[in-house]
Amino acid sequence: MNSVLLEVEDLRTTFYTDDAEVKAVDGVSFVLRKGKTLGIVGESGSGKSITALSILKLLANNGKIVGGKVQFKGEDLLTYSDKKMRDIRGNAISMIFQEPMTSLNPVFTVGQQISESIMKHQNLSKKEALVKSVELLKLVGIPSPDKRVKQYPYELSGGMRQRVMIAMALACNPEILIADEPTTALDVTIQAQILRLIRDLQKRLGMSVIMITHDLGVVAETCDSVAVMYAGQVVEYSDVVTLFQQPKHPYTIGLMNSLPRHDVELEKLESIQGNVPNPKEMPLGCRFAPRCPAATDLCRREMPELMKDTEGNDIRCWIYSEKWEGEAEVIVYGEKRIAESRRTETILSD
Amino acid sequence: MAKKELLKVDGLKQYFPIKGGMMGRTVNHVKAVDDISFTIYEGETVSIVGESGCGKSTTGRAILRLEEPTEGTVTFNGHELTSLSKREMRKLRKDLQIIFQDPYASINPRQTVADVLDEAMTIQKVLPAKERRKRIIELLETVGLNEYQADRYPHEFSGGQRQRIGIARALSVNPKLIICDEAVSALDVSIQAQVLNLLQELQKDFKLTYLFISHDLGVVRHISDRVIVMYLGKIVEIGDKYSIFENPKHPYTKALLSAIPVPDPTREKKHIVLTGDVPSPIDPPTGCRFHTRCPFAQEKCKVDVPELSTHASMINGHEAACHFVEEIENGTLQAEGFEEAVF
Repeated sequence: MNSVLLEVEDLRTTFYTDDAEVKAVDGVSFVLRKGKTLGIVGESGSGKSITALSILKLLANNGKIVGGKVQFKGEDLLTYSDKKMRDIRGNAISMIFQEPMTSLNPVFTVGQQISESIMKHQNLSKKEALVKSVELLKLVGIPSPDKRVKQYPYELSGGMRQRVMIAMALACNPEILIADEPTTALDVTIQAQILRLIRDLQKRLGMSVIMITHDLGVVAETCDSVAVMYAGQVVEYSDVVTLFQQPKHPYTIGLMNSLPRHDVELEKLESIQGNVPNPKEMPLGCRFAPRCPAATDLCRREMPELMKDTEGNDIRCWIYSEKWEGEAEVIVYGEKRIAESRRTETILSD
Repeated sequence: MAKKELLKVDGLKQYFPIKGGMMGRTVNHVKAVDDISFTIYEGETVSIVGESGCGKSTTGRAILRLEEPTEGTVTFNGHELTSLSKREMRKLRKDLQIIFQDPYASINPRQTVADVLDEAMTIQKVLPAKERRKRIIELLETVGLNEYQADRYPHEFSGGQRQRIGIARALSVNPKLIICDEAVSALDVSIQAQVLNLLQELQKDFKLTYLFISHDLGVVRHISDRVIVMYLGKIVEIGDKYSIFENPKHPYTKALLSAIPVPDPTREKKHIVLTGDVPSPIDPPTGCRFHTRCPFAQEKCKVDVPELSTHASMINGHEAACHFVEEIENGTLQAEGFEEAVF
């Protein structure tokens, strides 16, 4: 098994607004191994991006990490000073964002922006840094890189901009690349290009990747292990095959059942009833209880911890604990779906 | 049962002028939609799919004359829409409603939900003022909201609930056709499923016809009867959903379907990865617009514009606009890397 590079333990981040405390991240734990890809999947407001920003300590002024550990190669990043943190960011751990237009500076050329971190972290001259920038643009598959390096972001398409972002993130050979919804703003054919690029680069450079996304398709295709987040917490954490074949948490199951598929024919989508809880007024017990078809009084009363199941995967649900007394059979995943996909396959083979 | 034509789009073109130069003259055009034709029958759901800039939303807006089409005709229920006066068009909009993508931007933040629905009914003279309140409550219940929410403002609702308000507004005037322009794209999957299910129930209950515009092929497969695939302002393929999803013929449709990540980690990760970006609609490629990215492209593709046509292996009005459907099908024309590239 590959060595552990990053270990996040019970991370908690709170934002303080005028009238409330918002626990945006409230119990996130996972492990990232060398050369592997970890997915963080969840819907809007589940805290997946804040988790990433907390790892790099890039929170807004009213945000504070109130608990937990972020162990990077055995050292807790949360104890690092600002200065020490600056040496980590863009160097050992770098990040790419969803919107490549707003994350690039419109008044500097692509080359200037890539050079900046190279000059800072590698002590190269401006000229040398620019040469390296051209190499990086070539690495991320931008045609005529010596021309592109002098262009401004507005002169590039969305896919190109994301490639530039990736080039910038790779400038200092990071050990970890955090990709926050890197393809969400892109069309599918361009998404396929970018995902393939990240995958290729990861293999060549031996990086570990944290892939933050709301798209279960992207998770299935790129990740080795997955943390599913709901309302600021990791509710299920396991390897990717187990997660898709035997999802356990009622939220994960609901999520998969409500996903329309282009590759199989489904008669009806099973939606999850209700809405995500307001982060200012989180439910007392399990945060998914108000929407959960299996919820009992226990679920509404007490919050479950992230527990290890028999196969060593993590799950935050009372159903899988000794305390559970309700009907565990309420939630059935996928049998119908699997039957339907088989039916499609037989129609096709006829 | 004979299918009744509800909407017929014929030779629709939508060019947007680009002003420039000294006198602000028109120097060029963005050819957003360039000569497309299709028919929608009563009670069915037809989807238009494609990537950004392919002209799918422009098509929807041109049908409603939210932007005046440059050329072509749109016939709705026997009326030729493009030749109607503004006043006549407004009357007909009662039958043709639209739901927009962004539920935050498409509802007036200063109106309560009841006002929003009331206004639509007033303009279209749907019901006498006295009966409207009752109808508003009915509409809210239809879309899964409650009576007590009628006097609330849009900011008090979540994204999914706001989209329900948009749907209630469209329903309030008893339309025949609803154009859903990326109506569920801004919603999270769990909420998206709720809204999709609602749209399907409403279609059954009120015999609605949908023109569903979306970039999400999963959603499209789920909701559609027939599918139109667009690329750079042109229809490249049209057919029932089984034909499009299980028997795609145009290389673009194949690449588009193949590019979508499948939520199944055990499936082999094979994708056709197209190179390059979508060309500019200001100066689209000659001949087949896809030839610059098509791995099968031949000399003919650079010169001749392919027409939609059907072939032996295609059924139920399935048509593709490609010169080499049969050659690709029987393998006489092969492209390196196509279908092979492993992700």
